[in-house]
Amino acid sequence: MNASDTGFVIICATMVMLMTPALALFYGGLVRVRNVLSTNMHSYASLGLTTALWAIIGYTLAFGEDVGGVIGNLAFFALDGVQGTAAPAASALPHTVFVAFQCMFAVLTVALVSGAYAERIRFPAVLLFSGLWLIFAYAPMAHWVWGGGWMARMGAVDFAGGAVVHMASGAGALACAQALGPRLASGRQGGLPHNLPMTLLGGGLLWFGWFGFNAGSALAAGMLAGQALLTTHLASACGILGWMLVEWKRTGKPTSLGAVSGALAGLVAITPGAGFVGLLPSMLIGFIGGMVCYGGVLLKNRLGYDDALDVVGIHGLGGTWGALATGLFATAAVNGVDGLLYGNPRQLWVQAVSVVATWAYVYVVSRGILRVVDALVGLRVMPEAEFLGLDLSEHNERGYSL
Amino acid sequence: MKKLEIIIRPGMFESVRDAVSRLGIHGLNYAEIRGFGRQRGHTEVYRGATVQVDCLPKVKIEVVVHDEALESVIAAVVATARTGQVGDGKIFVSEVLDAVRIRTGERGVDAL
Repeated sequence: MNASDTGFVIICATMVMLMTPALALFYGGLVRVRNVLSTNMHSYASLGLTTALWAIIGYTLAFGEDVGGVIGNLAFFALDGVQGTAAPAASALPHTVFVAFQCMFAVLTVALVSGAYAERIRFPAVLLFSGLWLIFAYAPMAHWVWGGGWMARMGAVDFAGGAVVHMASGAGALACAQALGPRLASGRQGGLPHNLPMTLLGGGLLWFGWFGFNAGSALAAGMLAGQALLTTHLASACGILGWMLVEWKRTGKPTSLGAVSGALAGLVAITPGAGFVGLLPSMLIGFIGGMVCYGGVLLKNRLGYDDALDVVGIHGLGGTWGALATGLFATAAVNGVDGLLYGNPRQLWVQAVSVVATWAYVYVVSRGILRVVDALVGLRVMPEAEFLGLDLSEHNERGYSL
Repeated sequence: MKKLEIIIRPGMFESVRDAVSRLGIHGLNYAEIRGFGRQRGHTEVYRGATVQVDCLPKVKIEVVVHDEALESVIAAVVATARTGQVGDGKIFVSEVLDAVRIRTGERGVDAL
């Protein structure tokens, strides 16, 4: 075990934890005033439920010994044998630190999906869906990519969760938006954000936490963590510029929501490649990420699903772009893997396979889970409750007494 | 007695209130309202989605004055709330039959 690596990853884990409350603020500001607490609750519910399930079953399914490339075994069921040992996946770290670090990723991913079903879902459905989704969608994905499963063996690389976190939450979000149907009266003035400063604060805190997310994914305090730190910041900055440019050109003025969305788009896009690509390519990945996600957000109007807070547009498409960009720009000089532009076209191919497999698997599983949840507890609130707002109908409280 | 319903731009409220107070008017009520008149709304953009906002925020002041004060209050409001651009607002004047101060039971102008 190594004290500096351990200290570094402990700090990173706490930074990633902050991302979920940050997401609650980011999402909370984007909904209407009557749903601000309900939307925050989706993130806090994930902090509670996902953490508990991660300890009992999620961690061992993701990081237990590989069974057929598909899932982890039950060796760490209920965190059996975790105390007082080194982490199998990173021998420099206490096992406890690795479990905690990975737990924060699971919590955040489950919370990310909530942007798609905000403002119309029943709270019992949130809990049941989130629990099942963690076990049947997130844990297998984490195993395939990071736990020694088939995607990793195929050679697909995903440094900090482009597939596991962002594409998976995007695919889950698409399934949710379609299964729930659009919000009532969401046309015209239906869905205006009620508190953009709250969203900007949340977005800034997400950016901060993302350094723990990406640099921490090196699992050691060293050259690679430094590379990921800087690529992350460069991509996020260029994401702002990319989004701002298309927005300015298309609707006449740059917006603050566009800036924070662009930063997020850049962060999502660099996540899979943060520890595989060079510094200048990371700027390009972020810049294009900002533009891709702007287009991704417009897609929902074209295709007619009500992805309330644009999880598909930003996390789904940004993650997809990032995974493919990793196949283009990865260089062995950073982390031993070359992409297409460094003479290894096969890397782009396996990245593309991982993209298709992630979308297909998570989407299909999510639709199945949603069907079960709908049959058991019902997905959607009654129309009266939706007009009243989920804060009152689901939680008996209001965000503001004005 | 006359009642004035004064609809003005939100940013004008404090200077209008001060101008009216200087004329010896001791009480008024105001509310933040939304509405539209000749001033068109504006466009807002959220993540590429363009939203036309038709009803704009305004402030409505209600104040009851005795007849002799009417013209000076109107003049003070117009002088302070006016920018010359569409959207400065309107004043509606109506007759008030009576007024009652609940604490003392005073009636009419004495209750103002």
